[in-house]
Amino acid sequence: MDKQSTPAIAVDRLVKQYKGVAAVDGISFRLVPGSITGLLGGNGAGKTTTIAMIMGLVTPTSGTVTVLGADMPRERYRVLHRMNFESPYVDMPMRLTVRQNLSVFAQLYAVPDIDERIASLAADLDLTEFLDRPTGKLSAGQKTRASLAKALLNKPEVLLLDEPTASLDPDTADWVRSRLERYRAEHGTTVLLASHNMGEVERLCERVVIMKKGRVEDDDTPGRLLARYGRETLEEVFLDVVRGRRQSEAAQ
Amino acid sequence: MIGADTGMNFSLNRVAAMVRRYWYLLRSSWPRILDLIYWPTVQMLMWGFLQLYISQNAGFFARAGGVFIGSVLLWDILFRGQLGFSISFLEEMYARNLGNIMMSPLRPAEFLLALMIMSIVRLSIGMIPVSFLAIAFFGFNLWALGLALVAFFANLILTSWSVGIFVAGLLLRNGLGAESMAWTIMFLFLPLTCVYYPVAVLPEWLQYFAWMLPPTYVFEGMRALVIDHVFRADLMAEAFALNIVFFAAASFAFLKLLQSARVQGSLLQTGE
Repeated sequence: MDKQSTPAIAVDRLVKQYKGVAAVDGISFRLVPGSITGLLGGNGAGKTTTIAMIMGLVTPTSGTVTVLGADMPRERYRVLHRMNFESPYVDMPMRLTVRQNLSVFAQLYAVPDIDERIASLAADLDLTEFLDRPTGKLSAGQKTRASLAKALLNKPEVLLLDEPTASLDPDTADWVRSRLERYRAEHGTTVLLASHNMGEVERLCERVVIMKKGRVEDDDTPGRLLARYGRETLEEVFLDVVRGRRQSEAAQ
Repeated sequence: MIGADTGMNFSLNRVAAMVRRYWYLLRSSWPRILDLIYWPTVQMLMWGFLQLYISQNAGFFARAGGVFIGSVLLWDILFRGQLGFSISFLEEMYARNLGNIMMSPLRPAEFLLALMIMSIVRLSIGMIPVSFLAIAFFGFNLWALGLALVAFFANLILTSWSVGIFVAGLLLRNGLGAESMAWTIMFLFLPLTCVYYPVAVLPEWLQYFAWMLPPTYVFEGMRALVIDHVFRADLMAEAFALNIVFFAAASFAFLKLLQSARVQGSLLQTGE
């Protein structure tokens, strides 16, 4: 199987139950290498659990997840050095400076020429002047950029982003999105992006997977979703889906 | 993707990265460093003066000079060794950094080795100055125990790591709800391992339990050395054999608890 025909991420009939309650209930999707896909859903829809299973942090109850051909979490050490992530559920140590944090993670990911890589990312993400500041002293926007720098340190082939622009002001969020767009275009990284921000998903993603109560309710390109639901924005489509309006009803 | 390391094998480079991370944290905070020295100093002074007082009033203690100070210094190796291991681990949970670490190519064995190295670093920062204070105040020279000290230290630090590894597993599985275990679990060893008195003092049925714990052999060995001037190599060998069993059991428990944490989904949500 050549590199292009192997999905970067393949999720097959994935189930995760906590004490008999299904957080993820039999979802399946495949992401082709180099694609950028939005994972949409309300609170408790199962997005974060899905991402955690893709990262190998959570063991599925049943079904399979493969990343770059490796079965997760069983074969995670085959591919963890080729992946990275950013999530609001984790922070970098606050007392360490941004440079110290990045250099520790660069060493963990066996990044060559660490100083050069940090300098390059800092320039790209406008972090140079904050590199020697303790991470805990940064503003929310600066912290997000530092976390993004950590997520890009190893030039990942698969990048998982969980609410990457949550808590950012519109200007900073837009700035982060444009950097992500540029990075993906330059490196051909496969990106899975969980977000509540419909504008963000509409702008960045070529495909949208909408989850509700642990299931995939719809899965298509933003354009086809808009056409099918007869809506002008993805937000309206999202509301149709989470409020249970069928496509035919919504289109009337 | 960059980086030639496939992440498949044990990597000292990743261990060094984690040690560097903890070193950066330690040196960034003087209260953390002070905390390493403060309590061992207080303990040593208190037990030292108590010993001084008793030895002036009882013939046996006059002959057994240094038993209490020796006991408190060795106890601190055991207690502080585990605490150094567990606090470094807790720092990841306080910082909400565990997800970053678990998602990185760092292997559990590499993580544990980094924590063991940090336990020795933290212990050294605390214990070396205190051991010199014991010489200055009470004339008790821990370093004069020579090779016996090496045997005592090796056995005590191995036990402290075993307990630290087990506690780390509990923290992974149960989150910060299990934090108090990190601070208090070693006190279970305090009466049972007979730190300040001979095993013979215990009721006979309890002595069986005491001899199941490696530190009991160390404290008995220390008393034999200080009081009778005899190094009991047999006790050290038995302690070492028990330590291997403890270490293997703790490592197994850690892996099982980590596996359980992945099933329960507690690696991302490490709060209470």
